[in-house]
Amino acid sequence: MTGIFLCLVAFAITVYMAVKGLQFINLDMLTTSPTPAVDQSETGGFLDPMIGTLILTVLGTAIAAPAGVGIAVWLTEYGRPAWLARMVEAGTEMIVGAPSIALAIFGLLIFQTSLMAPFSFTAEGGAVFGRSFFAAGAIMSLVALPFVVGGTREALNSIPKHLREASYALGKDKASTIRRVLIPAARPGIATGTTLGMAQIVGETAVVVVLLGASLQLAPEGAIPALDVLRGTGSTLTSYVYVNSPAGEGNAPDKAYAAAFVLLMIAITLNLLVNLFGRKGPSR
Amino acid sequence: MESATLPTPVDQPAEEDRTNRRVELLLGALASTVLLFLAGMLIFTLIKAWPSFAANGLAWFGAGGNVDEQLAAIFNSPADAANFVYTLRAWPLIWATIVVTGLSVVLASFIGIFSSVFIVEFAPPRLQALIEPVVKFLAAVPSVVYGLLGILVVVPFIADTFITESMRESVRYVIQLDGTSVLAAVLILTVMILPITIAIIVDSLREVPVSWREGAIALGVNRWRAMVTVSLRAVRPAIVAALVLGIARALGEAVMLAMVAGSIGFAPNPLDGLLFFLEPNRPLAPTILDGEEGLSVKPFGETMYAFGFILLFSTALFSLAGWIARASLSKTSISAR
Repeated sequence: MTGIFLCLVAFAITVYMAVKGLQFINLDMLTTSPTPAVDQSETGGFLDPMIGTLILTVLGTAIAAPAGVGIAVWLTEYGRPAWLARMVEAGTEMIVGAPSIALAIFGLLIFQTSLMAPFSFTAEGGAVFGRSFFAAGAIMSLVALPFVVGGTREALNSIPKHLREASYALGKDKASTIRRVLIPAARPGIATGTTLGMAQIVGETAVVVVLLGASLQLAPEGAIPALDVLRGTGSTLTSYVYVNSPAGEGNAPDKAYAAAFVLLMIAITLNLLVNLFGRKGPSR
Repeated sequence: MESATLPTPVDQPAEEDRTNRRVELLLGALASTVLLFLAGMLIFTLIKAWPSFAANGLAWFGAGGNVDEQLAAIFNSPADAANFVYTLRAWPLIWATIVVTGLSVVLASFIGIFSSVFIVEFAPPRLQALIEPVVKFLAAVPSVVYGLLGILVVVPFIADTFITESMRESVRYVIQLDGTSVLAAVLILTVMILPITIAIIVDSLREVPVSWREGAIALGVNRWRAMVTVSLRAVRPAIVAALVLGIARALGEAVMLAMVAGSIGFAPNPLDGLLFFLEPNRPLAPTILDGEEGLSVKPFGETMYAFGFILLFSTALFSLAGWIARASLSKTSISAR
């Protein structure tokens, strides 16, 4: 019974969001920046939040993927001393459980130190603002990290022993076995884990509100192209939905519905990708 | 794991051996930064939060006065360090956290265990094939979407259906009943936790050897009893894992709760009967999110970090408890992943 109930809930959410989303969305919303205005018809769309989501996801994944694969390789292939490996294992599990809002305010604590000043902007008087794409991306990488580690470990564990043995028999040492044999073989698992991590980043709101500033538009800092955007504040689709819901300052439910619809589409796409990678299984 | 015991090739040239050693050290150091980070997070958050705890002592956790007024006083405290206001009795926020987390986790694990049993044992194959993607989808919906649906659909529904004019009248001078409530928070949180619970327990139930259950059935036990006495006992570590993840998710949920729980630092009173479920509240995590703009006001920021530390500390504690429970249970059951 509950199974059917769950299906109904999922169905209801999708249909309701699709109806509401398609009712309010239009091409202008996807191509114009949000602007402050009293009249709802002049507040623009959510181009900047979409770009923000993209930048943040790329930044977070770019840090989380290599680090996660590295940690997973160490855990499965080396794992010495054993007590340290078990602690790291428990640690990654703890990061999954850590409230993202706590991660976010801790991130603010780090990035407001003067050491981290280059990553955001410094106000007159020397106070470091601490909110930027760099700061949010760094904390987002932690949100995604456990999923990359989990996916990679699972794949590495399911690689048959004889593959490793064959590589050793050919005279390869451990480091090149990992690089040339194990990681290529674990690629589907790594892809699954990374995609799951990306889905977490896309759906995360608290970190964006606290560490990205949830400003209306991208607000570049400094004069160096590309880097200035990363040093500046911005918003993502999640924070746009939050701000435009009745709980936020914007209070424009129509736009919130439209943005939430786009967000849901991204989440579903990532979910489908996970299924696609998962079905392939560990390749040879 | 086994692979760690594989014999490493012998007779390597010294050069290669050094490279290997270096790779191991490098990756080990990378993995250790996770631990360093966690320790740093707990310690630095506590240091930052300490003034708030120190100024209030154990009364910090107690009840007394209006917590929203206290927070406003902290926010507006004079700018010189000697006159900072720290007085806070956080009980209404803590109580709201306990109520919302507790109710939704209990509800979700109860429903989750039964639906997992149903899915694995009794559901027709076609429904089984349908449920898996549905569960994955529900787990992938961002919490802000749940929050949006909550505030625009569930909250007005509760306000229209369950809250009568006389109820509103009866508490008029204390709180406003507008649908943002314990009920809305618990309902939506349950829907959010349920997919994780089901995914973990179903995965584990599938790994119970068929012969175990067949053995029980051969002894004359019916299918249901076999499920409860054999399979469910065998997957206890998975149930613990699901519980811990559910608690962590519920404790840390900030955005959805900020939207539907009703941002009022009020402690719902169980003595109010059914009204209890309709009373607004605000758990710890949404309090931090709401106070995000005041983080740069020193005493207020330190108070927020105190909330953050309580959340971090309790999730870490639950993580640890789950770890220990699973380790001791796994001797007699199938280990959870």
